[in-house]
Amino acid sequence: MNAAQYKTWDEFMEGVWRQNPVFVMVLGMCPTLAVTVSAINAISMGVATLFVLVCSCGLVSLMRKLTPKEVRIAVYIVIIATFVTAVDYAIQAISLALYDALGAFIQLIVVNCIILGRAEAHAAKNPPLPAMINAAGMGVGFTIGLLALGVVREILGAGTLFGVALFGAGFQPWVIMVLPPGGFFVLGAWLLLFSWWARRKAGLPAKEATPHV
Amino acid sequence: MSEPSSTDKKVIPIAVAAPEAAPPESPTGAMIRTLGLVSAICGLIIVGAYQGTYDAVAANKRIATERAVFKVLPKAKSIEEFVAQAGGGIAKVGAGDTAIPPGAVKFFAAYDESGKLAGIAAEGVGKGYADNVRIMFGYQPDCQCVVGIGVVSMRETPGIGDKIITDKEFLANFTALDVKLKADLSALANEVKAVKHGSKANAWQIDAIAGATITSRAVGKAINDSAQALLPRLVPKLDTLAKKS
Repeated sequence: MNAAQYKTWDEFMEGVWRQNPVFVMVLGMCPTLAVTVSAINAISMGVATLFVLVCSCGLVSLMRKLTPKEVRIAVYIVIIATFVTAVDYAIQAISLALYDALGAFIQLIVVNCIILGRAEAHAAKNPPLPAMINAAGMGVGFTIGLLALGVVREILGAGTLFGVALFGAGFQPWVIMVLPPGGFFVLGAWLLLFSWWARRKAGLPAKEATPHV
Repeated sequence: MSEPSSTDKKVIPIAVAAPEAAPPESPTGAMIRTLGLVSAICGLIIVGAYQGTYDAVAANKRIATERAVFKVLPKAKSIEEFVAQAGGGIAKVGAGDTAIPPGAVKFFAAYDESGKLAGIAAEGVGKGYADNVRIMFGYQPDCQCVVGIGVVSMRETPGIGDKIITDKEFLANFTALDVKLKADLSALANEVKAVKHGSKANAWQIDAIAGATITSRAVGKAINDSAQALLPRLVPKLDTLAKKS
């Protein structure tokens, strides 16, 4: 890879890994906990957010020199809401069952702090291409985060993965995993795993973890 | 890329305060121009998305409704949508009509292959354990009974309340649930009600699922409320629906 390619890749991986919205920044928890009862719901929500992120960051970036700072939040929200509306119609056209499963959380992408955060912190200061690459990285990272929760919750809570039964008829599903508390359990377990991993990579002994009281 | 991409690597991107001191005010014209431009672009995108998906969305909704009706009335091959108006009349709902006049009750007339009436389907709502339980039920004019139910939407506890879809014993309640009208056609002769598991004694009672009594009651109330509102208006006019128009 040459330097420019490397930079682009770095920009993309920023959101996928180092600043993963779910595991590192812990942003956008509302859809993360609510819709991840199955892997397919998690992917759909992730892709919908990815689309809104990339499109709105592209448009915010194109408009960045025309946008006076006094009205920037209004401009961002209108742009984000527009793409959310488009996604809303698109999902209704693809599958009503999926639309019902995702419920109000499609519309709530408007107030997803990942998107407004990206628009404000990155897209408003960068040309369209880097802004969209960065946004795509964040979207992919968010999708991976949702999928990590969705897969675990679907396997434990329903005994299936993408709707395919994994275990025999004797499997008794661990129902709480697809109920709201299960979302917190699984998210907590993933966050624990990630911070342990990050500490180990940084060479810090696990014992000296900052005590949270 | 000629412009250097900014480095927000270490910054957590929420509410970062602008560092510049006392920036110059933007002219009002620029603000109005930008907002106007953004609104115009966004308006175009939304209208485009709406029109581009309109046919697919309408087709999906129709398929979903048909599926729900066919499930409760297996002999049906096609459906037509009607409303029973508050005054007693029955009116057909044309394609594209979404507004229902106040006080009217929506229902579907289902027809078999030869165009004969195969049954009536209507929706009902009852308050369940977590949220409203919306069901679709099939009504058979010959026996004046409910012959099948399906769930349109619910948020009941998985594994407990959602047994109303799967529990065979419970669904057996709806092979011939009595919803006869009084002689003067003003209301149901007997109120449809879910009773405690194992205590069903009459054809208009629903044997509740043990452990899911609230959800079972919601189904009973949904059928009762909807039948009370619809059947007194529908039954006198059944002749007009006998053949597919």
